[in-house]
Amino acid sequence: MIVFEKPKSLVDIPMHYCPGCTHGIIHRLVAEVIDELGIEGKTIGVAPVGCAVMAYNYFACDMIEAAHGRAPAVATGIKRANPENIVFSYQGDGDLASIGMAETVHSAARNENITIIFVNNAIYGMTGGQMAPTSLPGQVTQTSPYGRDVKTAGFPVKVCEMLKELDGPEYLERVAVNNVVNVKKAKKAIKKAFTNQLENKGFSLIEVLSSCPTNWGMTPDDALKWIDTNMIPYYPLGVYKDRSAQNKEKEEL
Amino acid sequence: MAKKVLMKGNEAIAEAAILAGCRHYFGYPITPQTEIAAYLSKRMPKIGGTFLQAESEIAAINMVYGVAATGKPVMTSSSSPGISLKGEGISYLAGADLPALIVNVQRGGPGLGGIQPSQSDYFQATKGGGHGDYHMIVLAPSSVQEMASLTVKAFELAGKYRMPVMMLADGTLGQMMEPVSLDIKEAEKFDTSWALTGTQMKRKHNIVNSLSLIPEELEQLNFERFKKYEIIKENETMYEEYLTEDAEICIVAFGIAARVAKNAVNSAREKGIKVGMIRPITLWPFPKKPLYDLSDKVHTFISVELSMGQMIEDVELAIRCKKPVMLCNRAGGCIPSPEDVLAAIEKANKNGGAL
Repeated sequence: MIVFEKPKSLVDIPMHYCPGCTHGIIHRLVAEVIDELGIEGKTIGVAPVGCAVMAYNYFACDMIEAAHGRAPAVATGIKRANPENIVFSYQGDGDLASIGMAETVHSAARNENITIIFVNNAIYGMTGGQMAPTSLPGQVTQTSPYGRDVKTAGFPVKVCEMLKELDGPEYLERVAVNNVVNVKKAKKAIKKAFTNQLENKGFSLIEVLSSCPTNWGMTPDDALKWIDTNMIPYYPLGVYKDRSAQNKEKEEL
Repeated sequence: MAKKVLMKGNEAIAEAAILAGCRHYFGYPITPQTEIAAYLSKRMPKIGGTFLQAESEIAAINMVYGVAATGKPVMTSSSSPGISLKGEGISYLAGADLPALIVNVQRGGPGLGGIQPSQSDYFQATKGGGHGDYHMIVLAPSSVQEMASLTVKAFELAGKYRMPVMMLADGTLGQMMEPVSLDIKEAEKFDTSWALTGTQMKRKHNIVNSLSLIPEELEQLNFERFKKYEIIKENETMYEEYLTEDAEICIVAFGIAARVAKNAVNSAREKGIKVGMIRPITLWPFPKKPLYDLSDKVHTFISVELSMGQMIEDVELAIRCKKPVMLCNRAGGCIPSPEDVLAAIEKANKNGGAL
């Protein structure tokens, strides 16, 4: 009996991610969901600029690499041209919440029928650890060497909280992948985000709190703990918007 | 003779795009090209196509990038400041070898500039505009009819060579109305086995990207792309030659400037001055050969432009500076009159090749 195997929709090659990075877990969750839904053959993924830039090599479905921040616009184009395809983007915090904020907000406002996997690790990883739009107040990075001073660098962006005020999006949930329980919840959320698209419900975004031991300057274990002690208090986990469920509740009332 | 309808240049582009088979348009409002968006926002929903007003020119060009990756004909349009914003996306289209049509209905610049016609994006269109080693095919219509016919040609060239094609028009051409025949056939289709359609579990995944971290591999990609550019130079250069056979003076002008210059050439001919004109229809590739061939026969070239003199550099290069090249220009949204051009011709005639 096989109890554990690599998802079929992940290509069997070594990944470039740093030791202890949780991108590997998130890739795996996305791939498991694609396998379980049996949609690999019709899925098109959009890779970002950032640590996951080479995700196009790892997912076995058709893939495209977008300009920095523009993945939701690229995904919009693909989905409008090929509505029968399942289109997802996989983006980091700098990509999605800084340079690509306009594309994020407006694809949500249009309720574009796409799925966004948003990896929030509170830092720019690929370029070597600069302050991100989601870096926490006081967080030391290469470009906030004295700690993020909110007086000059402003406050972190809370993406799910911000997007939930829009009428557009179908589903918004924040999850984490720092322990087994959270990983299971994350997979459930990702599956819902893809299922929503299959059911033509529209825009789903799953924010995944992720670790960056290399650029946080921590051991992988300490980094996972830091998600619990520092990130989750600032970025509470949970469902921020589920329009179908909310509509159903209204009907029942 | 086919039935003709009276249309604005912008509308002719839009309708021709539909007739050519384009069903996906993404844009953002900017004068003087907004009629393209307005027209397609009416037509596309009725024929099962996509019209999407994007949140920015940046988003629009990236939506174009997405559709282009699926192998379907796609276009966007804008005017000068908006084209600058599309520059990054155009570079990505070139780097990922994707076909698309980008229409630039130029206005005066730099900066926010004005809203009157200009040709001052010549450098941007023909030398790159975005980052990196690449070219677009650049088509320069000079009538509403040509805006329609070159739209179809643009989709064909984009598909054939898998690259972005720009139509470089200007505010006059976009806004003016002329009779146009819409007897237009669908654009020829080309192989799209590279496109993203979903593997259907029948093939290895297709990847569309422009990232290549190994210098030797990236160099090779550049070499291959430039080999393609050489084929395009050889096969796709287009120009109109007017009264050049016995010409001693040669005007070089494209787009609306060529319309003005043609009047001046006719007036000068009436005065017995032997002047002709080369009108580049492709600005890239630039018609170097006919210009070079003329350089032994004429004593002066005159570049007529709605800019501070951009194409003039390509004229000088094409003729290898063998003869003087005068500039007859207006800028900032102004258009040279036929009298301005005639004055330049008369001056050239008087000087006989001495500047």
